[in-house]
Amino acid sequence: MSWDRIVVDVFGLGLIGFIVWFFWLVKTKGVKAALTSGGYQEQMVLVKGGYTPDVIIVERGKPVRLNFVRQESASCSEMVLLPAFNKSARLPEGETVPVEFMPKEPGEYEFACQMGMLRGKIIVE
Amino acid sequence: MHKTLSVSSAGYEAGLSPALSGYEAADDEAEEHEREYRSLMRKWWFGAGVGTFTMVMSYPWLFPVLGDWFPRESHSLWYVWAGMGIAALSVIGYSGRHFFTGAWQALKHRSANMHTLIALGTGVAWIYSTIALLLPQIFPSGLLTDVYYDVTVVVIALVDLGLAMELKAKGRTSEAIKKLIGLQPRTARVIRDGREMDIPVEEVMVGDVVIVRPGGKIPVDGEIVEGSSAIDESMVTGESLPVEKKIGDEVIGATINKTGAFKFRATKVGKDTALANIIRMVQDAQGSKVPVQRIVDVVSGYFTPSVAILAILGFMVWYTFGPEPRLAFALIVAVTTLIIACPCALGMATPMSLTTGVGLGALNGILIRGGEALQTAQGLETIILDKTGTITHGRPVLTDAVVTREFDESTMLRLAGGVEKSSEHPLAAAIVEGAIKRGLTLADAESFNAIPGHGIDSRIEGRSLLLGNVKLMRERKIPLEGLEATAAKLADDGKTPMYVAIDGRLAGIVAVADTVKEDSKQAIQTLKAMKLEVVMITGDNERTGKAIGRQVGIDRVLAEVLPQDKAFNVQKLQLEGKKVAMVGDGINDAPALAQADVGFAIGTGTDVAIAASDITLIKGSLRGVVMAIQISRATMRNVYQNLFGAFVYNVLGLPVALGVLYPFFGLLLSPLLAAIAMSFSSVTVIANANRLKRWRAI
Repeated sequence: MSWDRIVVDVFGLGLIGFIVWFFWLVKTKGVKAALTSGGYQEQMVLVKGGYTPDVIIVERGKPVRLNFVRQESASCSEMVLLPAFNKSARLPEGETVPVEFMPKEPGEYEFACQMGMLRGKIIVE
Repeated sequence: MHKTLSVSSAGYEAGLSPALSGYEAADDEAEEHEREYRSLMRKWWFGAGVGTFTMVMSYPWLFPVLGDWFPRESHSLWYVWAGMGIAALSVIGYSGRHFFTGAWQALKHRSANMHTLIALGTGVAWIYSTIALLLPQIFPSGLLTDVYYDVTVVVIALVDLGLAMELKAKGRTSEAIKKLIGLQPRTARVIRDGREMDIPVEEVMVGDVVIVRPGGKIPVDGEIVEGSSAIDESMVTGESLPVEKKIGDEVIGATINKTGAFKFRATKVGKDTALANIIRMVQDAQGSKVPVQRIVDVVSGYFTPSVAILAILGFMVWYTFGPEPRLAFALIVAVTTLIIACPCALGMATPMSLTTGVGLGALNGILIRGGEALQTAQGLETIILDKTGTITHGRPVLTDAVVTREFDESTMLRLAGGVEKSSEHPLAAAIVEGAIKRGLTLADAESFNAIPGHGIDSRIEGRSLLLGNVKLMRERKIPLEGLEATAAKLADDGKTPMYVAIDGRLAGIVAVADTVKEDSKQAIQTLKAMKLEVVMITGDNERTGKAIGRQVGIDRVLAEVLPQDKAFNVQKLQLEGKKVAMVGDGINDAPALAQADVGFAIGTGTDVAIAASDITLIKGSLRGVVMAIQISRATMRNVYQNLFGAFVYNVLGLPVALGVLYPFFGLLLSPLLAAIAMSFSSVTVIANANRLKRWRAI
């Protein structure tokens, strides 16, 4: 095998390893929602190519309010769904859209765009 | 708990409340889509313009005159290609910028999506071409190598066009909700401080008296305080015939007044109106998930990085084992693989059908709670129908009057009706109403004595009148003159017969019964034709239950079931291994509705009923059950078609892009064809979902 083939293959395998590590192996740390005076656990979520933050930690038994702000025009992200809480909201560009729910059971719950391309996670403790 | 929460949901503050800002919300969305569409089309035209030039100039030797001017590997061609490189960069910067920013944003979240794939594919083609142009010496031939700027430009342009078409088609799937929002009138004529004034509908308050003219729209929910009219409620209930309404009757906002003028007092405004509730529920349902989608979600979570890995593997294999020019082949294969993969088609497969299906239901007076209800309804095997109020009207009416030879019908009914005016017994009202319906004028009873378990002993128009069961007649020693057989037959038909004796002699029998709704029989037959087992459940005695069962064609009747045992009976059927639906009114049957796999609340649009059931039928007809199941079957069929299509597309497309056909047929896919296929696949999914709208009730 010629040296250029070896270089390409080694580099290719390295790249595959990187993809596996980067997308699947690294766990992101969550952001804890702040408790407001109104008793809500509140968190701002920026919607732009993804959700920032995309892992939100909340306590159970206290109402949660996520304020979504969508700052892009691509129609993929125009809806956000929280299937576990039977909630969905349309996110008009540039507007802050609050979504409220009550986390009752501890666990991990997903929120995502309608097509499931953008994803985030709510961890109830 | 969260059901209550969902009613006072965030949607209100978010401007989702249709009654408050429905128009704006609908307009906003349409406007936003229109803006995005125009922007995509501009991007497409720019890309297409540059793309035509790029495609021609990438292979000038294929064209007669150009070939002479720019021969292959000439210096003049190098300059043209350098110009193309810059033009391609401008396309990346303008038409393709959103793919690159989107990919970058996703990368920051350690995720990848369609943007990542397009950006990678077009980016790699551009970088390769530029290196080939600037450093030809690193390539084996050492001469001017072919460039792939056309791939970058044309793929970006085509995907933009695909996205624009997708947006257009997407707008149509949510037409139903726009129609519902559009039903809301903009203004209301109210009386304040003794003056009539027109105000925006958002400013109507509970307690306001609203004036509605013939042909006018009813702005909010309320109760008629003056006048009467026929009202067309088809837009909310799906009931096609106008409904007669008089003082004290409820009116629903957004329905149309046909004939008379009337005033009503507003009882529900803004986000509390029936229409606002319906819209909110439909929106939530359209945003929900179908259970089959969970698998899709898992797949799509791994999809994009896997495609990138496949592209790299493809590159390695082609570079290591492929024919010359190896680098060019390896590159084409990798870029084509990145571009042909379409996570969008997979991701859109269920939401698009769900949005259309749920919308279709809403337009027919069927409110589906969400994807889960829809999927379960499709696989139902047994339908349990509550008798009273579901199969029947739920209130007794006078059905028969049989008289002996010495009396005539109107005399008997006039006197019996007059006496019953004083009674509070539920069956009494049926006799009074029946007598009035026959045009009789009823006098008041002179004396009235109710004998529990027997009937009534009274005086009216100077005559004595006994009305009651056979025990009463026997006790007063009144001969039954052979009418016992008639009474028994009436009872067998599920009716309640009562003897009437006037001045000590038997006058005849009146019978009342809860009658079957006009279309119940047909609906039940359709359900049976759909291979569903139909069971009736009732608290009434077996005889009445069986009689109604015979009328509508139900063989299996569960009679004498106490209200609290209904849920238990549903469970018993479930234990037979069947998927069971319960159809009843939302309030009394709530436990049974909740126990059933799918609970249908019939005949109401109130939030209580909506909360208790999986599917709410606003119009009180069993036709709704038939339609709901048909819609769920059609929608789920559509979902599976979409999923199958998207799955097969990717499963077939990816290997072809990787070049598996090359060793056998010498066939290799061009990245441009891949871009067309990719755009086409997501448009197909949406077009198929739109096809659902052509569904019509059978």
